[in-house]
Amino acid sequence: MKAIINISLKAGVLDSQGKAVHHALDSLHFSMVSDVRIGKQVILQLDTEDKTKAMSDVTKMCEELLANTVIEDYEIELV
Amino acid sequence: MKVSILQFPGTNCEYDTQHAFEELGATTEIVWHKEENIPADTDLLVVAGGFSYGDYLRSGAIAKFSPVMKAVSTYAENGGKVLGICNGFQVLTETGLLPGALKRNDGLHFISKHHHLKVQNNDNVFLEELNNGDIVNIPIAHHDGNYFVDENTLKELYDNNQILLTYTDADGNVKNPNGSIDSIAGVCNKEKNVFGLMPHPERAMEALLGSDDGVKMLKGFFK
Repeated sequence: MKAIINISLKAGVLDSQGKAVHHALDSLHFSMVSDVRIGKQVILQLDTEDKTKAMSDVTKMCEELLANTVIEDYEIELV
Repeated sequence: MKVSILQFPGTNCEYDTQHAFEELGATTEIVWHKEENIPADTDLLVVAGGFSYGDYLRSGAIAKFSPVMKAVSTYAENGGKVLGICNGFQVLTETGLLPGALKRNDGLHFISKHHHLKVQNNDNVFLEELNNGDIVNIPIAHHDGNYFVDENTLKELYDNNQILLTYTDADGNVKNPNGSIDSIAGVCNKEKNVFGLMPHPERAMEALLGSDDGVKMLKGFFK
């Protein structure tokens, strides 16, 4: 099983990189873009088929290390 | 006065810090991150600047799991004085010994230059040699110095006089180099024994090299 974790700055925390990329897209005339948020993706290969255990462990990993919950949100997807 | 200075893989300001404190008359010891104890006679523990673990994942994020950090937390909880400079500040926020987090600079660039700071609260050992409102000129050198706290924590910082320094120009007007909330350059914990700041006082020890304002800051710890 794989865990795909998407980490991004919380809503309300200014995303400077997103803002810069938005500006660059604007200058390329992609006017339909109204907001850009940039995050990072962590992919974990897990040696278990137990989804409940996987979810609970990966949540702990996010809380303790992978995300800084002062400024970041995370989403976990198990596939 | 004994100053112990932490060294992680990627730390690069430990010898500057050692030199600065020895110039002021302290004895020093560099403590490798694999140590599980810090020297028993430590009067001040400094988490020095640099790029611990290459800033992988987030600045300071991996360092918090180094063996020595458990001893650092215990030392701080028992009232020991801890100073985190630059990456050391990032390590202390990641560890939870200081509130908030350091984000990428708003301008996305690494900034390395002298910058003026205004003393906001001197009712602590770190800044008691200075007066509130004093302006000091101290080098900054960081990519992730954009201090962030949520609204409630910010209010607590104000209520408890935890904001140490803010970025200003030479006249004391707000001048924010990196996007930090309320232009904050350094904070301390509620108990006022753990201090963190992005600027480098240990690099401002000689007037000949631009500024010796760091002397007044570091001297506070000698009482």
